[in-house]
Amino acid sequence: MSVLDEVPATEADSAVPDSAALYRTIRFIRRFEERAVELVKAGEIRSGIHPCIGQEAVAAGAVATLDADDVVLSSHRGHGHLLAKGCDPARLMAELAGRATGIDRGRGGSFHPSDFSANVFNATGTVGHGAAIAAGIGWAAATAGSPRVVLSFFGDGAVSQGALLEGFNLAALWRLPVVYVCENNGYATTLPAGAAIAGTVVGRGEAFGIPSSSVDGQDAETVYAAVREAVVRARSGGGPSLLEMRTYRYHGHHTFELKTRLRYREQSEVDSWLGRDPLLIQAARVAEDERARVDAEVEARLDEVVRFAVASPYPDPATATDHLHADGLRPRPGSAR
Amino acid sequence: MPKLSYLKALHRALRDEMDRDESVFVLGEDMNFALTNTTSGFLDRFGADRVLEMPLSEQGFTNFATGAALAGRRPVVEFQIPFLLLLVFEQITNQANKFLLMSGGQRSVPVTYLMPAGGHRPGWGAQHSDQPYSLFAHMGVKTVLPATPTDAYGLLTTAIRDDDPVVVIGPLACLGVREDVDHADLVPVPLGKGRIHRAGTDVTLVATGHLVHEAIAVADDLAGDISVEVFDPRTVYPFDWDLLAESVGRTGRLVVADDTNRFSGLGAEVLATAAEELPLRVPPKRVSRPDGAVVGAAPELDAVLQPTREQIADAVRSVLKESGWGA
Repeated sequence: MSVLDEVPATEADSAVPDSAALYRTIRFIRRFEERAVELVKAGEIRSGIHPCIGQEAVAAGAVATLDADDVVLSSHRGHGHLLAKGCDPARLMAELAGRATGIDRGRGGSFHPSDFSANVFNATGTVGHGAAIAAGIGWAAATAGSPRVVLSFFGDGAVSQGALLEGFNLAALWRLPVVYVCENNGYATTLPAGAAIAGTVVGRGEAFGIPSSSVDGQDAETVYAAVREAVVRARSGGGPSLLEMRTYRYHGHHTFELKTRLRYREQSEVDSWLGRDPLLIQAARVAEDERARVDAEVEARLDEVVRFAVASPYPDPATATDHLHADGLRPRPGSAR
Repeated sequence: MPKLSYLKALHRALRDEMDRDESVFVLGEDMNFALTNTTSGFLDRFGADRVLEMPLSEQGFTNFATGAALAGRRPVVEFQIPFLLLLVFEQITNQANKFLLMSGGQRSVPVTYLMPAGGHRPGWGAQHSDQPYSLFAHMGVKTVLPATPTDAYGLLTTAIRDDDPVVVIGPLACLGVREDVDHADLVPVPLGKGRIHRAGTDVTLVATGHLVHEAIAVADDLAGDISVEVFDPRTVYPFDWDLLAESVGRTGRLVVADDTNRFSGLGAEVLATAAEELPLRVPPKRVSRPDGAVVGAAPELDAVLQPTREQIADAVRSVLKESGWGA
């Protein structure tokens, strides 16, 4: 069962976002990530995670504009994208915890999960390299006469990658149905965007003639409106768009920062962004009793999610070389037979 | 019987697969003019939707192919120059080849990477003469290196039908090789199956790519004195270890002629495996490019670093002179 099972199926056709549904998604992602951080601290998620806490409105607002057949390409900070797209949260949490019941049987982990049942094709760990993969998926859809649109997420660090720009070029050249969403949270790990990006994020898209704009990424309904316009354009043959979502992560780049306490951000900066918390912004649009109902449901569901994940078995080491090749080809072992 | 050239065999395999399966398409540079001749006539036959002219964005279009494959298509990506496989090494080895495992088996990436003129190019110099097949084998990417027209046809066909990424390297020196072929014999060749070109009893001579032809010539030259078994793995990864074991089990002697660099090249792997597992009677030998070979542009500086027929013949003679380990 998915977090979005209660979202009306007609939502993607609507010009008006469903405020309560967006609140539910944001709340679910926020609490999922907080529970995941607890599991990191408890040693259940051994890789640590890249929490998207603070950025939930981007995932919620952007993905709410999509149809089930539309494809999402995610990033290393991608749990929110998967949850918003309808990935089973219990199996996602199990994946983060490296369990056999995970969506990728423990092979994708937190950093590069995929869920083809939800049309989340991958989250490549090579920053920026999803852009041309998105173009290829979009091309395959367009040539097949399918209305499918591809939503490709990446961070501000990716805009300095040549491969990203190669993807932009192909998508623009052939007017492919791709929506590029840059989650500019201000930092590529520790490097401030201002110290990394000559020009602007939207300038990267404009250079290719791609309609590009910068959007308040803390407001899910603003995100929704901007992405919806881009999705409509893509679906009608109008080609790609680039949307820069100005956002912020409240946690570190990765949970290792819980221990290392890197000091690359001023507390005053964090505090100022906490004043624009996407959860609170969306909460203000939903009646209090409705919120209370949603919050209770989310907690109950997440209790099940965490229970499922930690109770799930670890993968059998004997299966370590399963799925290396489609035909079952196995590598020779690393020690003498 | 009609003569079939190696290049024509690649052309025909790709054309037959595109005729057979509409999900197959080809992309690369200068497709509109079929610069490598692999795709001559394809644009008229299949149209621009299946013969994609790409800008000079090798990393971009290699990722593009991954995306198309994830969406159900079977792309064949053509590269004109072997170093381009190094430029897209990340996209092939770290992305396309890892997605099946990373997705827990949900979706494979059936892309064929076709390099129809790999290896030594006399006079073209340092950045145009690489032979990177050992690198892909090291990373566990299925990699084939056909030496003959029939194997070129059969292995490219199988590569395109395979559900995993497969690198297909046609050595430049093989492109002109012609073979008497009955077209009914043009059939898929399974990956991972080697081929004995000459049966012999004294020494197993493993040779790859264009060196297969040199090895056959050596076997013919030495016939009467030394009975040389010429073993062509055809697929670099997965390697046909069973057939090698069978051959070396009979001969007890091993020489490898490998067109890659000596350090960590395919030859090193074959010798290491043989040393660990096979009943060698005498120390094996290999002939290869030098460690980390970088060739100069002048042919005199280039040819001297390439494995030669004479070196292979010398290596074969020398293992026959050895009387045994430690002797």
